[in-house]
Amino acid sequence: MNRSRLTGQRLVAAFLLGCILFNYPLLFLFNRGTHLFGIPLLYAYIFLAWAGLIALMAWIIERRSD
Amino acid sequence: MLQGWFIVLASFAYLGVLFAIAWYSDRRADAGHSIIANPTIYALSLAVYCTTWTYYGSVGRAAATGIGFLPIYLGPTLMMTLWWFAMLKMIRIAKANRLTSIADFVAARYGKSHLLGGLVTIIAVVGVVPYIALQLKAVSNSFSILLHYPAIVMPARANAVPLLQDSTLYVALILAAFTILFGTRHLDATERHEGMVAAIAFESVVKLLAFIAVGLFVTFDLYGGFTDIFARASNEPKLDALLRFDGDYSSWASLTFLSMAAIMLLPRQFQIAVVENVNENHLRRAVWQFPLYLLLINLFVLPITLGGLLHFDNGEVDADTFVLTLPMAFHQQGLALLAFIGGLSAATGMVIVETIALSTMICNDLIMPIMLRWQWLGLSQRVDLSWQLLNIRRWAIVIILLLGYLYFRVAGEAYALVGIGLISFSAVAQFAPVIIGALYWKGGTRPGALAGLSAGFLVWGYTLLLPSFAKSGWLPSDFVESGLFGATLLKPQQLFGLTGLDEIAHCLFWSMLANIGAYLGVSLLRQPNVREAGQATLFVDALRVAQAPGARFWRGSAHVRDLLPLIGRFLGPEKARDAFNQYAQRRGVESLDKLEADADLVLYAEGLLAGAIGSASARVMVASVVQEEALGLDEVMNILDEASQMRAYSRQLERQSRELSAATHNLRTANERLKELDRLKDDFMSTITHELRTPLTSIRAFSEMLRDDPRTDLEERKRFLGIIVAEAERLTRLINQVLDLAKIESGKAEWHTAEVDLREVILQSVDAASQLFKERGIALDMDLPDSVPPVLADRDRLIQVMINLLSNAVKFCVPKAGVVTVRIRPATDTLQVDIADNGPGIRREDQTIIFEKFRQGGQSSDVLTGKPQGTGLGLPISRQIIEHYRGRLWVESAPEDGRAGATFSFTLPVGFLGRLKDEEEHA
Repeated sequence: MNRSRLTGQRLVAAFLLGCILFNYPLLFLFNRGTHLFGIPLLYAYIFLAWAGLIALMAWIIERRSD
Repeated sequence: MLQGWFIVLASFAYLGVLFAIAWYSDRRADAGHSIIANPTIYALSLAVYCTTWTYYGSVGRAAATGIGFLPIYLGPTLMMTLWWFAMLKMIRIAKANRLTSIADFVAARYGKSHLLGGLVTIIAVVGVVPYIALQLKAVSNSFSILLHYPAIVMPARANAVPLLQDSTLYVALILAAFTILFGTRHLDATERHEGMVAAIAFESVVKLLAFIAVGLFVTFDLYGGFTDIFARASNEPKLDALLRFDGDYSSWASLTFLSMAAIMLLPRQFQIAVVENVNENHLRRAVWQFPLYLLLINLFVLPITLGGLLHFDNGEVDADTFVLTLPMAFHQQGLALLAFIGGLSAATGMVIVETIALSTMICNDLIMPIMLRWQWLGLSQRVDLSWQLLNIRRWAIVIILLLGYLYFRVAGEAYALVGIGLISFSAVAQFAPVIIGALYWKGGTRPGALAGLSAGFLVWGYTLLLPSFAKSGWLPSDFVESGLFGATLLKPQQLFGLTGLDEIAHCLFWSMLANIGAYLGVSLLRQPNVREAGQATLFVDALRVAQAPGARFWRGSAHVRDLLPLIGRFLGPEKARDAFNQYAQRRGVESLDKLEADADLVLYAEGLLAGAIGSASARVMVASVVQEEALGLDEVMNILDEASQMRAYSRQLERQSRELSAATHNLRTANERLKELDRLKDDFMSTITHELRTPLTSIRAFSEMLRDDPRTDLEERKRFLGIIVAEAERLTRLINQVLDLAKIESGKAEWHTAEVDLREVILQSVDAASQLFKERGIALDMDLPDSVPPVLADRDRLIQVMINLLSNAVKFCVPKAGVVTVRIRPATDTLQVDIADNGPGIRREDQTIIFEKFRQGGQSSDVLTGKPQGTGLGLPISRQIIEHYRGRLWVESAPEDGRAGATFSFTLPVGFLGRLKDEEEHA
């Protein structure tokens, strides 16, 4: 019970994190003409943040079963 | 060379494979080995979210807005984090109430309302039809482009082609036939389609692989990898602009919100996520696997877009077709065909699930209520309606696809794929307030939901749908440009003069304002009525109430002979009988005849029926064959109160039972202890009688000798009498000590506690025992400090302890050579007294025994009786006394190590009388 409540809180936190990551103004910070390893910074940021969020969600939800 | 017939053949072969997978999966499911009972299959089937809109349209949108295609996929990713709560709840509710569509869900929550179910169905159909049109357009466009291979020719405008030559019409009809084959082969009370889900999961894999294949080809074959493409794009000022975000955050935010709503509320998502869900635990895997799928399918969108724009730099090729036309332009026949098949899989997957979901809604929430009302007589005469139901659904599928085709003819050309899709998303988002309210707010009422949905739907139609007709020239466009009746305030896309938002954000703002405002405002006009309150509890508390309290909301009388035929008419008589038999078995009733038609059975029957014809219609049908008593609002509230009271009671009960088991445990240990004491008492009694008998026997023996033998000489008589006296003394001592011990143990002993000077006690004891030392010729060595702090004790008792220990020491010393040492060792709070001898010592195993009653150690035995001297009670009594004063008495000896002697020590806490009184008062 406590365990699942903790998972729930973590998921909500992940949701809030996602809302911040993919919105104004954080998004705006990366909206520049520069490149990261040849990839436009904005795209690199969005895909990396996206992948990171997915990894976080996987960690939160799969941890629950152990 | 890709001939027309070859493409058609390949397409049908692909559809054939899908059908084979579905058929095989259904077979396995019937055999009890479901292949879709797998979390990854569930996550893949959720990817039905990615339609041709994603497959072709993302590239088109990226070509227009750069990263503007991403919110459609970031939104669902965000929503998935909340799925564990929201979706789990929806699944629980839908399973418990046998809800098979989003219309049923809304209708059931707000009092099983036909009107509401119908409204939701209409919104869903009207809203989703453009979306289906989009799939038709994509398939037919991609087909005609591929047909012209190797030339790249954009398809003609649809309304330029005569109706019967329009391939889109045929695509629509073929998809309809295919969907009918898939989804309406038999009627199932749960509306689950195992085969379809397996096929959809397969399609998700195909479209992902096809898209990635094209992406890899463009990125690594045509160009030198990601960096190369981006580097080239940066050199073109037009493309470079796409790599940055041009800053319309309202559009970004509204798309994110729309896609968040869509992933929950699109009819096909509800069908796959809720209705087709086999196991709640599959949600867990889906929470991260589905976003991962979205990420993968978007990875190559930008490279393909940039590659396409770089290659087709004259702007004649529509960006929506790059996925297909890029492989064609480089004469990759196989890849082009794969790309086409991928698009086909994206379209078929969406169309199949969406139309099945919509047909269920149309049948259960639109046609059935009308039939029930208008054709009640005709309906009641038919025995088996299950075929009728299937036929309604089949026609619904055909009609939906034809509507889609119609929209495509009328408005489809005016928008890119993504534009059409967003119109649908905005329509579906209108469900969000009533659904969120359904899950978390008990105050929502039927009129409130009706008002909210209607208001939102009307605003959506006015600000988004009608302008889309106008743009295509089907409606006069002046109302868009100058407002309805020329009133500029009523311009559909600048309502009340609101500017600065794109059309989607604009529509979303006004429709949500109207929707939420009306829903809350009208709901708050009155209290929820009986049925609304009851259903609200079932929905809002779905995760809390383990067992549905629904049965307690029903009161009345019913008969199995009425219910069974009713269910039989809709499900088929055999299925109904099977279902009732199962129920009877579960209740432990032998046969149907003995089944009692109580509230549970009525509810069960209604649930069966709800699966087939929708909850609102099921309610009406069941009500027609049973006598029901209406419950008042007060009664419902009482039941709900009772339910919460029951929960409180059960918690209390749990606590009490825990306490009870703790008490039982305590009692059991106490009982064990009592038994142990009882055994000890028995031992004590037998030992004590034995101990008493020994001196008695010897007294008696010597007395008899004196009596029976008069010739015994005087000297002998004296000796005998001496023994008799000694034994009698020993007997007296024994009895005194037993009495003493009994007193101490029972707590009845009198203690005269006072401040005692231990030094003085020791001196006095040594004095008393000095005779003993002299008799045996044993030396006494004393090591006492000049003064010691007092202890609190009974002086006489302490002397008793000291004498006992001293005489023990004397007893075990070798006569003439023995030395006994007495010491006082003051510590911080205690005084320790040591009495050491140099006798043979006490073996380790005897060191605890000597403190037990009647147990003696040592080899020193009485010459006459052959027993060790003493009673075996001295040390136990001493220990009791010392422990009474919170001290400790023990022995140290190690004859095994070759060290002679034993040291008996006791400690007593230093104490003053004042302190004792304080402690007593506190205790």
